[in-house]
Amino acid sequence: MTAAPPAHAAPGPARRPRLRTLRGPEFTRLLGVGDHRPARIIDNAELCRHIDSSDEWIRERSGIVQRRQAAPEESVVDMGAAASRAALDYAGLSGADIDAVICATITHPWQTPAAAPVIADRLGTPHAAAYDLAAACAGYCYAIACADDLIRSGRAEHVLVVGVEKLSDYRDLRDRGTAFIFGDGAGAAVVGPSDTPGISATTWGSDGSGAELISQSQSWAQAQRRYASHSIGFPGDPVVADARPADPDAAWPFIDMAGPSVFRWAVATVSGICSQALDAAGITAADLDVFIPHQANARIIDAMAKKMKLPAHVVVADDIADMANTSAASVPLATAELLRSGRARPGDLALQIGFGAGLAWAAQVVVLP
Amino acid sequence: MSTMTSTEIQDGLADIINEETGIDQADVELDKSFTEDLDIDSLSMMTIVVNAEEKFGVKIPDDQVKNLKTVRDAVDYIASAQA
Repeated sequence: MTAAPPAHAAPGPARRPRLRTLRGPEFTRLLGVGDHRPARIIDNAELCRHIDSSDEWIRERSGIVQRRQAAPEESVVDMGAAASRAALDYAGLSGADIDAVICATITHPWQTPAAAPVIADRLGTPHAAAYDLAAACAGYCYAIACADDLIRSGRAEHVLVVGVEKLSDYRDLRDRGTAFIFGDGAGAAVVGPSDTPGISATTWGSDGSGAELISQSQSWAQAQRRYASHSIGFPGDPVVADARPADPDAAWPFIDMAGPSVFRWAVATVSGICSQALDAAGITAADLDVFIPHQANARIIDAMAKKMKLPAHVVVADDIADMANTSAASVPLATAELLRSGRARPGDLALQIGFGAGLAWAAQVVVLP
Repeated sequence: MSTMTSTEIQDGLADIINEETGIDQADVELDKSFTEDLDIDSLSMMTIVVNAEEKFGVKIPDDQVKNLKTVRDAVDYIASAQA
C-alpha cells in the first residue's frame, strides 16, 4: 500500500526542477597493478615449529610452500599504501589523479575509521571518496566491479582498488587445519576510462546460508563480554553471561574455516560461476590467456581448472606457493606477479574470480594492463 | 535419472576415482576403505562426492560424507538415494 503524500508536499512534477545526474564513458580498463610482499618469509618448516604438521602435508594439501608475515608494526594501511603506489607508478598516474579509493579487506583492525581514507591521504588524494569493502576473498573482484560502475556512471574518472590483508593477526596456531593457510600482503589496481571494453560485465552474488563455513570464532562483542575484567556498560548494568571457553588461548576472534566443506563448495559451485562469467563477457575459455582465481588452495585451483575444461594454453596463477592465501589481496598480488615474470603480458585476456567468506563471489574478464 | 544396479554404480564410481586420483578402476573394490586402502584424502573425497552427485543425480550432504568409509558404503548410499 502506498502512503498518501503529506499535505505540504510540493505541487506536481511539472513544476519541479529537473535534477542533474552524471553519465560517464562506456568502457573502462585496468591502467596499472602493483603489489606489496612483506619481507619476512615463513616457510612450512618454520611454521611447523608452532603447529603439528609437516612441509610435505602442507604442500600436498594446499600447494603452499611459504607465506609472508608483516612486521608487528606494519599495518594494513602501510601495506595497502605500498601496493597502491606501485599501481599508480605502473599506470603513470599520481595520487592527485584518483577520485575514489576502495579498500577490500577483512583484517583492518579498526572498526572505524576505515582503511581507505587513510590510504588515500598517504597517497596525496586529499578529497577522494574512500571506503572499505568487506567481501573477504571476493573483495577485490567486488571492488573492481564497483570501480567499473563508478567510472561508467560518471561518478569518478580514476578509481584505486586495494586488496590488503594482515591475516597473521587472526591465525589460530591451535588449529592445524587453518594455521598454514593464511598469509599477509597487498595488491592494488588503478581503473580508468577506456576506448574499448577492458572490464567485462561482472558476475557476482552471495549465499549467507553458508556463513558458518568461514567465520570469526566469536564476535568482538562476545570477546569483550567473555574476557573483559568488568562490564563496559553503565555502572550497575548486569554482566551479560556469555560462556567463556575454558581455553585462555581462545580469547581472540580467530578466523575459522571448515576446509573440506569450503573445498567442496568451490569445486561444485564456483567452477560454474567461472563459466557464467565467461558467458557474461561473451567469450569462451578458449579465448582466455590467463586464469587468475583467488589463491585459496592449489587443489581448489586445479579442480576448478579441470571442471571448467580450461585449455592447456591458459596460464593459471600459482602465487599461492609464495604467498599462501591472502584473501582480498590474492588476485591483484597474483596479477602483478604474472606481469612481472612475463608469464602474462599487457593486453592478455584474464578471467579473475574471488570467492570465500559470506559466502560471496565475484568474477569478471579483464584486459591486463 | 533411472536407478542403476550396484555394479553399475560401482563401475561409475571407479571411473570418477580413477579420473581424480589415477587409481586403477579394478582396485576400487567394495571392501576397500577410501582413506586407508585407497589413500584418498579429504579434499579428493570432496571432488569425488561432487562428481558422484552429478553422475548419479543424488545429493550427498557434507555430514554424510564422513560416514562413507568404504566403497560399499558409497555404493549403498547412492543406490538408496536413487531409489
